[in-house]
Amino acid sequence: MAGEVRFDLAGVRAGVVASLPIALSVFAYGCVFGLLARQAGMRFTDATLMSSFVYAGSAQFVALGLWISPLPIGALVLTTLVINLRHLLMGAAMRPWFGALPPLVAYGAMFFLVDESWALAMREFVRGERNAGLFVGTGIPIFLGWVSATIVGFTVGTAIRDPAEFGLDFAFTAVFIALLVGLWRGRRDIIPWVTAALAAVAAEHYVPGKWYILIGAIAGTLVGALITPRDRKVSGDAE
Amino acid sequence: MPSETDALLAIFGMAAVTYLTRIGGLWLARRMVPSERLSTVLGYIPGAVIVSIVAPNVLARSPSEAIAAGVTVLVSRLSGSLPLAMVAGVATVWLGRHFGAF
Repeated sequence: MAGEVRFDLAGVRAGVVASLPIALSVFAYGCVFGLLARQAGMRFTDATLMSSFVYAGSAQFVALGLWISPLPIGALVLTTLVINLRHLLMGAAMRPWFGALPPLVAYGAMFFLVDESWALAMREFVRGERNAGLFVGTGIPIFLGWVSATIVGFTVGTAIRDPAEFGLDFAFTAVFIALLVGLWRGRRDIIPWVTAALAAVAAEHYVPGKWYILIGAIAGTLVGALITPRDRKVSGDAE
Repeated sequence: MPSETDALLAIFGMAAVTYLTRIGGLWLARRMVPSERLSTVLGYIPGAVIVSIVAPNVLARSPSEAIAAGVTVLVSRLSGSLPLAMVAGVATVWLGRHFGAF
């Protein structure tokens, strides 16, 4: 492993700065969540509590579809678990940076494990960043953006009645595409990425809900495992 | 409207399972010493996850989204700026939808 892992305030600060543009896009669709939460008949305090403690966009959007009376608590919790299973893969991938840190720091930091923070931090880590504080730093503006947007969307969200009209629904996708460009490591990524894309598209078509993320991710990673040589000289690029 | 007790139970149940998924992967990974091969395989996870998040939105919508994805990649590569790439992608989708250019 290259370099020793650190965790300090300088890293946190760098993460805060790096994530500001992403926090803006999170704010945009957080407003949409707040607006839809009101339409779904959720209380203001409940919407705010959900964004603060669950803090998981896709699970929260899906939960709105189940927000009926009486509340199907079991279904809500189970659906949330399934949608967020991808976090297991994501957390495992953070081991090189959080594996050796004190448990309190490492598991505390994992509260900020959302797609955006994780993708941004992984890009920086792939580029050689060794300060794990960066990950927590990216979490702060994104968390604040998400919670404040929920409040704003709930309160005055009518201004963004149809985000698709302005192409704003694509902001989320565009952010992840830009992050992907930074994660590209060369030809060895082609086969796993193409596999993940095809599996995700097929799963989105045939499987209800958000399973396609997990299905595509597992398919791509499995193919990555298949093309990884079994002998010991695996450190280099497989080209 | 659901009762406040039910709502709080649901929200904190959702929060609890979500936090478990957040710490679970790292918890497992800290407990076993991964081989070089496993580390290489884990290195494929970030790309595979993010490709899976975006692929349906890019490949299974209208041509506007596919073209906008291409523009986003291009601007990101040329400028290295994430906000610029995002604005370019959103603008391309907007143009495509409003003027039916593509």
